[in-house]
Amino acid sequence: MPEDIINLIQESVIQGRIYKDDEGMDEGMVGQPGVTELVESALASGLSIQSIITKGLSGGMNIVGQKFEAGEYFIPDMLASAQAVGAAMEILEPYLAGSGVNAKGKIIVATVKDDLHDIGKNIVSILLRGAGYTVKDLGNNIDTQAIVDAVREEKPQFLGLSALLTSTMARMADVIQMLEQNGLRDQVKIIVGGAPVSEEFAKSIGADGYGADGFQALAVVEALTSGTEN
Amino acid sequence: MSKDIIATIKENVIQGRKTQGDVGIDDSLAGTPGVVELLQQALKSNVSPQVIISEGLTAGMQVVGEKFSTKEYFIPDMLASAEAVGAAMDIMKPVLESANVETKGKFAIATVKGDIHDIGKNIVAILLKGAGYEVHDLGIDVPTEKVVEFVKEEKPGYLGLSALLTTTMTEMGVVIKALEENKLRSSVKVLIGGAAVSEEFAQEIGADAYCVNAFDAVKVLEGY
Amino acid sequence: MPRKGILVDRPFERLTREQAELIHQASMQILTDPGLISFNREAVDILHSHGAAVESIAGDHQSWQVKIPEQLVLKALDTAPKTVKLGARNPDNALIMHGDEPRVYLITGSETNIWLDVDFPTYVNKADPTKEIRVPEFKPRRGTIDDLCQSAHVCEHLEMVDGYIRTVNIQDRDITEENKDVNKFFASLNNNTKHFMSGLTSLKQLDNVVRMAELIAGGKKALEDNPIISFITCLVKSPLQFVDDTTETFIEVCRRGLPIVVSSSPQAGTTAPIKEAGIMAQINAEVLAGITLGQLVKPGTPVLYGSVPVRARMDTLGDSYGSVETSQYNIDCVQMARFYRIPNYSTSGVCDSKIPGQQSSIERLFSDMVVTMSGPQYLHCAFGLLDCNSVFCLLQAVLDDTHFKMIEFFLRQPRVDQPELEAMLKQIRDVVATSQKLYIGHIRPVLRSGEISGVYPFEGSGEADDVFELAHERMKELLARPVEHIDRETTARIFEEIPGILPRLNIYESGS
Ligand code: B12
Ligand code: B12
Repeated sequence: MPEDIINLIQESVIQGRIYKDDEGMDEGMVGQPGVTELVESALASGLSIQSIITKGLSGGMNIVGQKFEAGEYFIPDMLASAQAVGAAMEILEPYLAGSGVNAKGKIIVATVKDDLHDIGKNIVSILLRGAGYTVKDLGNNIDTQAIVDAVREEKPQFLGLSALLTSTMARMADVIQMLEQNGLRDQVKIIVGGAPVSEEFAKSIGADGYGADGFQALAVVEALTSGTEN
Repeated sequence: MSKDIIATIKENVIQGRKTQGDVGIDDSLAGTPGVVELLQQALKSNVSPQVIISEGLTAGMQVVGEKFSTKEYFIPDMLASAEAVGAAMDIMKPVLESANVETKGKFAIATVKGDIHDIGKNIVAILLKGAGYEVHDLGIDVPTEKVVEFVKEEKPGYLGLSALLTTTMTEMGVVIKALEENKLRSSVKVLIGGAAVSEEFAQEIGADAYCVNAFDAVKVLEGY
Repeated sequence: MPRKGILVDRPFERLTREQAELIHQASMQILTDPGLISFNREAVDILHSHGAAVESIAGDHQSWQVKIPEQLVLKALDTAPKTVKLGARNPDNALIMHGDEPRVYLITGSETNIWLDVDFPTYVNKADPTKEIRVPEFKPRRGTIDDLCQSAHVCEHLEMVDGYIRTVNIQDRDITEENKDVNKFFASLNNNTKHFMSGLTSLKQLDNVVRMAELIAGGKKALEDNPIISFITCLVKSPLQFVDDTTETFIEVCRRGLPIVVSSSPQAGTTAPIKEAGIMAQINAEVLAGITLGQLVKPGTPVLYGSVPVRARMDTLGDSYGSVETSQYNIDCVQMARFYRIPNYSTSGVCDSKIPGQQSSIERLFSDMVVTMSGPQYLHCAFGLLDCNSVFCLLQAVLDDTHFKMIEFFLRQPRVDQPELEAMLKQIRDVVATSQKLYIGHIRPVLRSGEISGVYPFEGSGEADDVFELAHERMKELLARPVEHIDRETTARIFEEIPGILPRLNIYESGS
């Protein structure tokens, strides 16, 4: 019975269903509980946070990743699953502290000042959430000062900056500089992305990583995470 | 005076104006006499036929050829000029014969039995006529016997065969065989053409030449 | 259930109704002055006995001047079926054509002498030998019956191909004028379950190929209900002449009541006026003359208004199928056929280009698009044809299939109605209320339903243009996919009853 719920959680991640009204990949799923309802009942029946996350959510995401690689899933499918995991993680967050599960870490993302492009940044957020990170999205057109304040208050492990204009990408350097001036630079790993940004640019402004797309963003974060642990 | 008329003939060949009613490549000569009318005038004023041919008609065609190769002229332009020359040659035929001037030779052309395609054949006929050959067009769907009979009677130096179908191209081989059987093969050079045939095929059936297009035909004939 | 084809919602037309009317009137005048010249005696007799004025013309080949009065044409237009069914070995592949419904079926063809093989040799950069590229190399050779089988096989699997006209002329040593028809019919029918249309090489073979079709369809009656084969003849030679042998074939096919295309292929500039009004008045007169003859032979016999108008190339006077005017003329013909409500056979996709490449892609995509948009019922859209009908390349056919998928998608009717708009308003309100404001979640329900067009299937990776190689892979894949051949028993009967079919085509006996 408890095993069943975990399997159902995994299945609803694969189907990309958050609520019971959502459609999935397959026909006829509407009405059956989605991942949020399933996680609630898993918690109610006392299942361990650990098994919900590793077997249910991550297990499901692994399969989604395989399906994507095999060409069976497209990006929208992948994002739907990631959103389902993100929604589940939001419910689980209050329980993480005492659960013995190592939270994967907190990430703040923002599109820099004067830049309104946010599609890419949103996709990056969804994928990171889907991978189990706690993501705080500050939005777009965010003041350098506001970003620095958020780092100070939230103490995230990572800061992700997005810029799509050659005229705004310099703002990323401003953020890093101000973090240094405020003695905050060492507390946080900084990753950057967006169409005009490159690996070289990231290095030149002293960022810790660069991601060309959402998957690379995730890979870079994971690499930097294991880096910090080592 | 005779210089003038020859130059005007040449100019009208270049313009492709057969008769007074023709417009030409531009309308600068519209309403003035065309090649046919000019030729009649020239003959009346006793200009020598050789001069008319070499300095008027042939010289004009030469310019047309150059214009075609520089892409200034298209085929329809070329054919209009060739037709003008052809018409002139028709008029001059009796004159040349009585003056014992040697012509470039007789060229018989036909689309073989079972085949009715004739656009290509007609183009070849017009151009060769324009080049000064005496062209006899036997038509389309021409039975082998008729071709052989014509060769026997009229003794053309050249025979052109056209076939556009893979099913009728074999008929060309039949014609050549029949010419051999009638001991006429050596009297005539056989040229073949048409979309279905090729260089290899020409060799296979023992034709003298394969021509990709009408210009090729002119070139091949000049080589003989 | 017949094939769906492409239903064009609001067909593109060049002519106003008044202009179409004027062309009709001009054609009627042409048919009485100058009338047409028939080299075929029987056609003359038939037309004469129904009131056409006839006069003998002196010359090597017997011929007659025939003046066809308007009432005769109008009566024929009346008896000619407005709906024509072309059946198929697989009944689900049948084509149903209504003269007034712009539903487009896409057909291959026609018979080219040359088959183009493709190979991908590797070239090494002289300056930097570590750099290599693979370049497509095309090699022409004369077509064979094996090629015909292969092409029928691949066309069976090309999604957008609705019917098959043989693509390549079989020129094997053991093919003769006598046995050519039975072999091309058998090779095509055995490797393809779609409708098969063909011309005849020898009239003597008509009964043999009809018998073959009866055996496959399941009898005489079955063939009538499901005419798996149909014919096309160029009985007209422009300008305004009935050819002797093809007219004879035409009359015989009409007698048997099998569907036939009355086709005329004038070349603007050489065998028709180069001006649009002129070639249109002429070709329309030519096709109507053919339809009239067919209906007099057997009223109600199914005919298609066959138009293959083309403009001449100014540097060779060969056909220029790639010219823009060729598409204009074809579109006008589609409109004229619709004016008479007779299903139309039209042409697109033939190109001037000699090999697959940029030129062939541009020429064919252009004419395929615009002519399809005009809504011909039977579009001979020349899958794989190059060099003005002289060359066939299977690789090109695979490429053509993909651009027709785009055209099909493009011409789908828009869905804008109250329920749809209500659903969209809800979607818009829902998404605007979220922080990310992305509709991505709403893609999924339609992602696999066929409502979203695909990316170009032969898109290469990186900087190199891999289109040909990827299409070639696809071609090999399709060749490896089996086709449903004619069953063993029927094959045995066909070989028993019909003489001349090459034994190597019998897959049950030759073990190939
Ligand atoms: C959509 C778009 C817009 C939309 C934005 C809508 C929105 N909600 O974001 C609108 C129409 C509003 C817009 C406006 C403008 N745009 Co604009 N826009 C684009 C466009 C076409 C696509 C961007 C996009 O969404 N791509 C899709 C997403 C999925 O990709 P992505 O953003 O690159 O994100 C991926 C990666 O880069 C990476 N990534 C992104 N961020 C991050 C962050 C981190 C931390 C990591 C690790 C990875 C990462 O992962 C993402 C997912 O895979 C680009 C063209 C282009 N080729 O990029 C122009 C483009 C960026 N825009 C351009 C311009 C000029 C403008 C305007 C100035 C136009 C104007 N004159 O008004 C305004 C700017 C307004 C402003 N102040 O910002 C130019 C910029 C040229 C330049 N000089 O740099 C571009 C390049 C177009 C062009 N070639 O002209 N734009
Ligand atoms: C126009 C045409 C017709 C017109 C003919 C009009 C006319 N007045 O000639 C019509 C519509 C009547 C017609 C009918 C048929 N046609 Co047709 N036709 C063509 C087409 C499209 C163009 C031919 C043409 O005129 N080309 C333009 C001219 C300028 O070029 P050309 O003929 O090649 O000539 C040049 C050279 O070859 C050379 N040349 C030619 N002859 C000679 C001779 C000599 C001596 C020399 C030196 C040079 C030379 O010089 C010329 C000028 O540069 C060809 C396709 C093609 N690519 O060739 C098919 C084509 C030849 N036809 C074909 C067919 C099948 C037919 C029909 C049997 C169709 C039917 N089922 O009814 C009938 C045949 C009837 C018959 N018994 O002949 C096939 C032949 C396939 C095969 N088996 O070989 C072709 C190849 C089309 C195809 N791919 O299906 N056709």
